[in-house]
Amino acid sequence: MYSPQIILEAALNGLMTGAVYALIALGLTLIYGVLHIINFAHGALLTCAMFAVWIAWAWLGMDPYLAILPLVPLMFALGYGLQRFVIGPASHGDDGNILLVTLGLSIVLENVLLALFQSDTRTLDTDYSFQVVALGPLLLSYPRLIGLGVAVVVTGLLWLVLNRTDTGKAIRAVAKEKLGANLVGIDVPHVYAVTFGLGCACLAVAAGLLMPTFYVNPRIGGAFVLVAFTVVVLGGMGSLPGALLGGLFIGVVESLCGLFLGDSLGQIGIFLIFIAVLLVRPTGLFGAKA
Amino acid sequence: MTARDLIPIAVLTILAALLPLAVTSSPVLNFLVFMLIVALGAQGWNILGGFGGQFSFGHAAFFGTGAYVTAILQLRYGVNAWAGLVLATAAGAAVGWVIGFLSFRSGLRGSYFALVTLAFAEVLRILANAASFTGGAAGLLIKLDVRAANLQFADRAVFYWLVLALVAAVLLLTRWIQRSRFGAQLVAVRENEDAAKALGVNSLTVKLRAIALSGGVTALSGCLYAQYFLYIDANIAYGSWISVELLLAPIIGGVGTVFGPVVGALTLHGLGEVAKQFAGRIPGIDLIVFGGVLVLAVAFARGGILGLLERLRDRGRGVMARGSKEVSHAGR
Repeated sequence: MYSPQIILEAALNGLMTGAVYALIALGLTLIYGVLHIINFAHGALLTCAMFAVWIAWAWLGMDPYLAILPLVPLMFALGYGLQRFVIGPASHGDDGNILLVTLGLSIVLENVLLALFQSDTRTLDTDYSFQVVALGPLLLSYPRLIGLGVAVVVTGLLWLVLNRTDTGKAIRAVAKEKLGANLVGIDVPHVYAVTFGLGCACLAVAAGLLMPTFYVNPRIGGAFVLVAFTVVVLGGMGSLPGALLGGLFIGVVESLCGLFLGDSLGQIGIFLIFIAVLLVRPTGLFGAKA
Repeated sequence: MTARDLIPIAVLTILAALLPLAVTSSPVLNFLVFMLIVALGAQGWNILGGFGGQFSFGHAAFFGTGAYVTAILQLRYGVNAWAGLVLATAAGAAVGWVIGFLSFRSGLRGSYFALVTLAFAEVLRILANAASFTGGAAGLLIKLDVRAANLQFADRAVFYWLVLALVAAVLLLTRWIQRSRFGAQLVAVRENEDAAKALGVNSLTVKLRAIALSGGVTALSGCLYAQYFLYIDANIAYGSWISVELLLAPIIGGVGTVFGPVVGALTLHGLGEVAKQFAGRIPGIDLIVFGGVLVLAVAFARGGILGLLERLRDRGRGVMARGSKEVSHAGR
């Protein structure tokens, strides 16, 4: 019914969408791995970053890829501040509370954006938005190909930061043993905030990669965050390679489901996988222990 | 249950029942009916989340099931609306039991349980949005035929009294749960599941009963929503907005208390209306207030408004007599 070429093309396109999912999930899984919290505000923060990219393009005429550069430190600062001054103090260190505080934050952020920008959908166009690259008989979207490359590079960089720097060592120490880390003189609230900031910085990159081919409205984050949860759970909460592979896999699943079941049911495969993984193996494919 | 348990519920219900005699403006009655429907659904959430400590982020799964079951039964099978109400409630309980069976059997707790409920609600939303059986993206329109036999009333006040009666009934049910052996076991599971198990509580059975009850009550509220507004689609019935509403109300009002969900729903929607009056046409202003109140409540008022009041009362009493704290806790 479908020629192998169409299926292959769909799979490759899914792989490239999956790279952006992986980037979003990378931030989420990093925050989970260290703070052991599920950040419900992740989607809303992504929406903020996407609007920032759009503003940079619409008001300053900045290329979306270029906009990533100033946006990464900005989002890092936003994440740092949120964790240090809002989420941390408000939740008194209780898991259930953190879930609720981040949920509250996401509602506020989403609706502030709604108040500022109304519910209109906005797009930006660049010369390369619809450019394609021919790979043998297959046509691949150029911006998505860049997305794939950058996602792999960012995962590598994040891995280097975690494994080769002192800050990374402190982050890993806090993730393993909060009290012990505190005893050897690591400033735990600071490390928490840095981790949250790093997670948000990943969103800045994801936003810059998404905008050339995607659109933004105040509610767009919700669509991504559920997918990102799936990726994180699938890859194992807290696992960076898990997030990358999980993201790529979910991208392919979504694309193939979309091809076979039609657009409206395309996402159903993702959620069924999500439920199945949660029920059968909640530690995910790469997770250590529950 | 003793008279002390029943009197506050009876007094509040009677006072609330008198309201439509004083207020006849339909926007106000609309607001009250909607608020009570949310309160009813939130009471359902509170049975599982408040007493059982299992925070669901996907109660839309039950709300939507209630709404769709009654709409589909009436439209496709010509079932009477009152029978639809009963069947919708039963369907909600069944969906609750299935979701509970799958997730509690796998030992999902805390954040994992929150995520899996969210995913179930999302799956149902996508299915309802795609299937022609459920009207697809166009949604379902229940035929306007104003007769009491169809659960449609010319006078909004009658619908208000109906929802109020159901809210009162669930207040009684919640109070009964709180006083019963089942309630004690549920709270034990919330406080420390392993310890409860060690004492011989069958935590799976207890949690399954709680989620079935919870699903049933929330489905009832969904059914009333469909019956009042006569239109539903997937994004209304299974949308994440309702999951959030149903969780916010008990948390703001007082999680795990009998009156918490009602107090919370009233406070939130009251504040939302005030914000709308002040800010005018800014979209989403009421939700900004909801989110802000949620963060503030978690930061400063664990136990919600009722918890805050109780602490104030304790402080007042504490001056006169030390040790009154235990008494007031027992009477909560």
